[in-house]
Amino acid sequence: MKHCLVVDDSSVIRKVARRILEDLNFSTSEAEDGQQALDLCKASMPDAILLDWNMPVMDGLEFLVRLREEKDGQQPIVVFCTTENDVAHITKAIRAGANEYIMKPFDRDIVEAKFQEVGLV
Amino acid sequence: MKPSDYDFLQKFLHSRSGLVLSSEKQYLVESRLIPVARRAGLGGLDELVAKIRMAGSMELKDDVVEAMTTNETFFFRDKTPFMHFEQEMLPTMLKNRASKRRIRIWSAAASTGQEPYCIAIKLQEARAKTAGFRFEILGTDISKEVLEKARTGIYSQFEVQRGLPIQMLLRYFTQLQEIWQIAPEIRAMVQWKQLNLLENFVNLGEFDIVFCRNVLIYFDQATKIEILNRIAKQMPDDGYLVLGAAETVVGLVDSFEPVPNLRGLYRPKRATQVSVPASSLTGFTPRIRAIG
Repeated sequence: MKHCLVVDDSSVIRKVARRILEDLNFSTSEAEDGQQALDLCKASMPDAILLDWNMPVMDGLEFLVRLREEKDGQQPIVVFCTTENDVAHITKAIRAGANEYIMKPFDRDIVEAKFQEVGLV
Repeated sequence: MKPSDYDFLQKFLHSRSGLVLSSEKQYLVESRLIPVARRAGLGGLDELVAKIRMAGSMELKDDVVEAMTTNETFFFRDKTPFMHFEQEMLPTMLKNRASKRRIRIWSAAASTGQEPYCIAIKLQEARAKTAGFRFEILGTDISKEVLEKARTGIYSQFEVQRGLPIQMLLRYFTQLQEIWQIAPEIRAMVQWKQLNLLENFVNLGEFDIVFCRNVLIYFDQATKIEILNRIAKQMPDDGYLVLGAAETVVGLVDSFEPVPNLRGLYRPKRATQVSVPASSLTGFTPRIRAIG
C-alpha cells in the first residue's frame, strides 16, 4: 500500500482528502504546515504528498524546495492542491519540482485523474 | 412519471437517437428532463411528454434528445487509445500515406470536444515527424449544444483537471480567469458537424482513423451492427477503428477484426480480403525520388 502525506492547514480539507485517498487505497498521514511535513519526511519519505500552498510557519513552496534538497527528497511525488489557480503560481510550483497541480475546489475524480497522471494510481 | 409516458419516451428516444432506455432508468430521465421542461416554461414531465407527443415542436424534441444523449467526458479519457494513436496508428499511417500525404480522422461521438482536441494535441506534439502531411480531424455529435461548446474550446477549471496533465494545460490553454480556452492553433485543427449516427454519413467521405468510443453502448445490438457496418464502408483496408474500453466488435460484426495485442483497436475486414498493401490496390506506382 502506498503512503500519502496530506499537508494542509485546514482540518476539513485534510479530512476530505484523506477520505478520497483511502478510497484510492492509500495509507495517509497529516501535517498542518510545511515545517511539520518536513519533519515527517525526514523521519520517513512518503510515496506521495498532497500539498497546500498557503500555510502558517512554512508555506508549501518553501517546503517543496527544502524537501527536494533533502537526501531521498526527490523520491516523493508531490501534487500541489491549492486555491492559487493562475499560470504564474502553477509555473513556479512546477519549476520548484512539483509533479502535478490541483486547483481547488477539487473532487474525487480530479484527485484520481491527477494521481493517475503521475503513475500513483 | 406515468408508465405510459415513460413507455412513450423509450420509443421516442429509440427512434430519434437509437438510445436504449431500460425500464429502471426513470431517475435518469427525470434528472435530465425536468430542467428541459423548466427551460421550456412547462409545469413538469407530464406537460413535456404531452407536448412532444404532438406534431411539431421540433426544437423541444431536439432538446429532449440532447438532454438524454449528452454525457460527460474527460480529456484523454482512458489513456490507452491515445498511446495507441501515438505509437501504432500514427506511425503506420505516416508510412502508408507517404505518397498521398493526407490523413483523415473522425471522432464520431465528440461530445464537448475533448477527444478531437486530444488527437490534435497529439498531432501537434508529433509535428517534427509529420512535416508535409495534411491532417483533417472531424468531430461529430448528435447534440448541437455540446458541439457549440466544443467549438469554443472553453472549459471550466473542473474540466481541465480531468485527464489533462498540468504541463499540457500550461502549453495548450490560455487562462481567462476561472475558465481555460484551448490554443487557437489546436482549435483550428478540428472541424465540427452535427450528426446522428443513425443517419446516412456516406457524404463525410473516407476516414483513415475512426474514434467511436463509448457511444455504441447506448444502442441495441441491431443498431450497433448496422452502424459498425456503415463505418467499415467509410474506411480503407488499412484503417483503424477505436472503440471504448468496455466495447468490442467480436461476436457482433464481421466487418472488423481486433488488432492483436492492442486493446480497443480494430481494422476493417473485407469478405474477400487479399493481403496486399493498399497502394497496389489503387494501382499506385511508387516514384523514385531523391532522398535528402
